Amino acid sequence: MQTAIKRMIFFAAIIAFWELGSRMELWHPLIFPSLSSVFSALAEGLQDKTLIYDLIASFKRLAVGLAISLVIGTLIGILLGKSKTADDTLGAVILALQSVPSIVWLPIAIMWFGLNEKAVIFVTILGGTFVMALNMRTGIKNVSPLYIKAAQTMGANGIDLFIRVIFPASIPYVVTGSRLAWAFAWRALMAGELLSTGPGLGYTLRYASDFGRMDIVIGVMIIIGAIGMIVDQLIFQRIEKSVIKKWGLES
Amino acid sequence: MFIQINEVNKQYNDKENQPVDVLKEINLSIDKGQFVSILGPSGCGKSTLLSIVAGLTKTTSGQILIDGKTISKPGKDRGMVFQQAALFPWLTVMENVTFPLKKEMKKKVAETSALKYLQMVQLGKYLSHYPHELSGGMQQRVAIARALAMNPETLLMDEPFGALDEQTRSRLHLQLENIWMETKKTILFVTHSISESIKLSDRIIVMGTKPGTILQDITVDIPRPREEYKKEILEIEDHIMSYLKKEIDKVVSEELEYANSH
Repeated sequence: MQTAIKRMIFFAAIIAFWELGSRMELWHPLIFPSLSSVFSALAEGLQDKTLIYDLIASFKRLAVGLAISLVIGTLIGILLGKSKTADDTLGAVILALQSVPSIVWLPIAIMWFGLNEKAVIFVTILGGTFVMALNMRTGIKNVSPLYIKAAQTMGANGIDLFIRVIFPASIPYVVTGSRLAWAFAWRALMAGELLSTGPGLGYTLRYASDFGRMDIVIGVMIIIGAIGMIVDQLIFQRIEKSVIKKWGLES
Repeated sequence: MFIQINEVNKQYNDKENQPVDVLKEINLSIDKGQFVSILGPSGCGKSTLLSIVAGLTKTTSGQILIDGKTISKPGKDRGMVFQQAALFPWLTVMENVTFPLKKEMKKKVAETSALKYLQMVQLGKYLSHYPHELSGGMQQRVAIARALAMNPETLLMDEPFGALDEQTRSRLHLQLENIWMETKKTILFVTHSISESIKLSDRIIVMGTKPGTILQDITVDIPRPREEYKKEILEIEDHIMSYLKKEIDKVVSEELEYANSH
């Protein structure tokens, strides 16, 4: 309760400062637009459906890119977790690639696929794949040897042991990996859209900036941030919490 | 002889790559339906021996025969219960117990069989619970039901009640005794508790440390239930203690030596 009140006062102060500052012309509206003009820009975008189309376009790419990155990441992670040789060789490469921001791949993606949607999706895939792979790998490696021994005494081995015990036992890491993959893919997608073509939230952001519509710029930024927060807190953190509880990992 | 342990040796390499004897020349014959405890201080290799019988650990030399067949890998003829329940947290109690049965029978048949054993450990009302919703004692009972559900000839138990509180432990002792009398399984029960081994078993194999060897093979000839025979229990306890005293002193002096040298 205390925290909620503190937060409300804090945000109210920021909003009041923002709106009053704009009205008293402490800064030029081209540098930073007023809150009310941002809201009316958002309302306008929703009414003529351009923002809706942007949202749908961005989410389509995200869905495709994230799905592919989760599948590839899971497969690479399993390979790294199960094979020492793969871990020593490919694992080192994945670890290095993980530290390269995925937007860096855009120029090469444009060369390969052209300045179109495919290049953006490619960058989104790279954004999520490596972090998913590394988490999956850790998950497989951290499966309690006790589970494996117990399953072996019950006649499980080989692929059966993997599907029924090792993979489910590493689900907590799969969830964490997916959550991070989503966050990385979302950032990669926005960067990709900013630098390539539309429609999409990122593209609209640049387009609005080119035409000096700072109210739309701020509005779209608020949407991007809000989506990121909602998906993370409402979906992933909830799943993560319930999995941690069920898998008995609570400290 | 049902279980035959012949000349089993087990070595492993320590940090300096020197071979260390864990088990040395273990010979043991166990009759079908016997309840045998393997008793010894920590580090005597009793859990390693059980793990070898389970097929989870390889011997350095020697062999183990069950019903005339050499053991080389784990099998459903030997059910194992560990110190931790080792239940799968993503499965319900029922799903955990039917885990070993999935491949060989229809779901309905497996569930009927699982229910029988869950009722035997008095958990018939917790079928759809998840392991994290159960107490430690209940989890261990599910693990026992799971091992029994595949109807193995032999039940291997590695300090199964070691992590439980005293009251829960004595309750489970009674339950295990009843299950043993009802199902006529051959049970190999690893423990470091003298009173536990006397309470439960027909025969106690006392083991010593460094290297792990069999010191004494003691037959417990007290009628069941054994609570009423306090005098006889004490006699056997003293008898075992005379063997273990030296071993425990050995462990203590080694620990002191280690503490002083570090």
